[in-house]
Amino acid sequence: MSDRLSVFKTYKLYVGGKFPRSESGRVYEVTDSKGNWLANAPQSSRKDARDAVVAARKAFGAWSGATAYNRGQVLYRVAEMLEGRREQFTREVADAEGLSKSKAAAVVDATIDRWVWYAGWTDKIAQVIGGANPVAGPFFNLSSPEPTGVVAVVAPQESSFLGLVSVVAPVIATGNTAVVIASERSPLPALSLGEVLATSDVPGGVVNVLSGRTAELAAPLAAHQDVNAIDLAGADEALAKELEIAAADNLKRVLRPQPVDESGWFATPGTDRMTAFLETKTVWHPTGSLGASGSSY
Amino acid sequence: MNKEKPASAFAYAPAPESRSVVDIAPSYGLFIDGEFTEAADGKVFKTVSPSTEEVLSEVAQAGEADVDRAVRAARKAFEKWSALPGSERAKYLFRIARIIQERSRELAVLETLDNGKPIRETRDADLPLVAAHFFYYAGWADKLGHAGFGANPRPLGVAGQVIPWNFPLLMLAWKIAPALATGNTVVLKPAETTPLSALFFADICRQAGLPKGVVNILPGYGDAGAALVAHPDVNKVAFTGSTAVGKEIARTVAGTRKKLTLELGGKGANIVFDDAPIDQAVEGIVNGIFFNQGQVCCAGSRLLVQESVHDELLDSLKRRLSTLRLGDPLDKNTDIGAINSAEQLARITALAERGEAEGAERWSPACELPESGYWFAPTLFTGVTQAHTIARDEIFGPVLSVLTFRTPDEAVAKANNTQYGLSAGIWTEKGSRILAVANKLRAGVVWSNTFNKFDPTSPFGGYKESGFGREGGRHGLEAYLDV
Repeated sequence: MSDRLSVFKTYKLYVGGKFPRSESGRVYEVTDSKGNWLANAPQSSRKDARDAVVAARKAFGAWSGATAYNRGQVLYRVAEMLEGRREQFTREVADAEGLSKSKAAAVVDATIDRWVWYAGWTDKIAQVIGGANPVAGPFFNLSSPEPTGVVAVVAPQESSFLGLVSVVAPVIATGNTAVVIASERSPLPALSLGEVLATSDVPGGVVNVLSGRTAELAAPLAAHQDVNAIDLAGADEALAKELEIAAADNLKRVLRPQPVDESGWFATPGTDRMTAFLETKTVWHPTGSLGASGSSY
Repeated sequence: MNKEKPASAFAYAPAPESRSVVDIAPSYGLFIDGEFTEAADGKVFKTVSPSTEEVLSEVAQAGEADVDRAVRAARKAFEKWSALPGSERAKYLFRIARIIQERSRELAVLETLDNGKPIRETRDADLPLVAAHFFYYAGWADKLGHAGFGANPRPLGVAGQVIPWNFPLLMLAWKIAPALATGNTVVLKPAETTPLSALFFADICRQAGLPKGVVNILPGYGDAGAALVAHPDVNKVAFTGSTAVGKEIARTVAGTRKKLTLELGGKGANIVFDDAPIDQAVEGIVNGIFFNQGQVCCAGSRLLVQESVHDELLDSLKRRLSTLRLGDPLDKNTDIGAINSAEQLARITALAERGEAEGAERWSPACELPESGYWFAPTLFTGVTQAHTIARDEIFGPVLSVLTFRTPDEAVAKANNTQYGLSAGIWTEKGSRILAVANKLRAGVVWSNTFNKFDPTSPFGGYKESGFGREGGRHGLEAYLDV
């Protein structure tokens, strides 16, 4: 068999449903756990981060307005697409995290299953955390959760795929849109996930994936006036504090880094990552009596 | 007060509530570890009645050392309090609720004296809600495993709570009832202009036999609040107040494990469609902006009227405003009481002048203001655009800005065109429109065909820069649990 020269892949960002290079024209070297070169990943700039916020905001109306059933279908479709690319992601995760083939395959399986798990949540979360309130008066009154808006996600550094999906899926399952900063050292599975999302009926702009220097990208997102929330999962202690201070400027919802137990990201998640980015809206209406004027139904 | 009353108007004789039911001591201490005590540095301040400027009492002023002492007392009390069976904590809260009901007339008069709001409101709104909050959360104390936060949700520890002057006792209830029900202990700082009802609450804790240190009350100024928020041994911070201070607090707790909830400012849109029942809408508008002299974070301070009914609605509204009675808050016929402080009056005055300077048209009913005290006549601005300061900044006073719209989409766009997202109102007879518009409004509370309704079972809190977290209902428990 003759030696065939393989075709390298140029990894690109995923923003607004398109695959741009960084507007800065910069790249950085991504290596495997042994230091072997894997690819030149885009090193996104502040401008890329701002463009991603614009794309996420633009996508928010339609995505948050879609039926929960529809969002569930779309999320499940992501799992279907991933299943078909299992081999590719197993290789990428093995390279990225220095795992054996079988361990990497277990990570990929768990990641696919996580999409399925969250796909099933889209049309249930409102029933679990919302509902009618027994008001002491002639009123009908209902509390329902609503997505908070554009969420900036600093993805976990150590778990480039399972960790990434574990923080992105809950954000979009509830109708938010996301700007995600991939693991700085191991961004390739995240960039490949962009290709899957693009072919999975996820509308462009709902998830935007940036690679580059975490601190450089997170700072403008934390300070951005059109970002509603930030997930600090992948920020170290010093950076997390700095970002939380910046986030106070427009009172972003902040999810601080959570301790990850020995099972890593394998444990079945609770609802916390969904509720962290939901608002509760309470709507009141009189029943019968219309108050001081004394008129009735 | 009202010079241009209709000819047939009946004159009202004064109907003052007796203030003999409340016995205000000439001085009060801080309440720490179950005892009233002086401030470490001996500082005191005076609290006055806003309607007369009469000095009501002299109150110890908490400083950093007092905050530290109170937090230590709360920490010490936490161990036993959190270990109590929920059913026992519940009984303490039920006791408190009952004592509040027993003493509600005393507390209503006290609150009216110290805050300046009409007795009609303290008696009929504040106090019943205060008692209801303690009753509601009392029932949760032994059912936390059923609240949807896991089987055995744990309290956080010491809660540092800073509350405003607009609903002194009600905000105390919103903060303390869920904190105690979930097993936390509390250090609460009431506002410097309204410390008295919180100190009376300390006495209620004593009557209820609440263990020492579970509730600590520190009257004081912003520096005491800042020290409390920054204290390293506080596990939970809850604040109700201005957005600017809320942001400062968010920066202070950044990088810590302190859990934070903020209830901040608002600029509520009250939207009236052309098919709305006009008389009911007028009542709702009045209640939305003139309740508690408009010193309400969820006040409906921006009236959005569909153009086709603008003139009719404004005529009705002006007629109704001409019947409002402004004056002695202890008079049971009074609708509009005093502004809480000289400082707040100055802020309202400056913003209203800005409204005129920017070209909006100002109107108030004929209205005589008392000579002493802090007063501001109910005020309407018409011809307001979205760019006007009075349409953007929270005034926190009895000032209503009127804007117009033509289509529901325009109403929604204008309503959402604000940094805030606390409350909104919708007036229309069309059910599908209520639901569609409510869906699109970015606000934590939406009142349809009603306004300013509160209930302990109902989550309350804002979107955007109106803060985060919810108070009230099952949702209100989350802020005090390690979940």
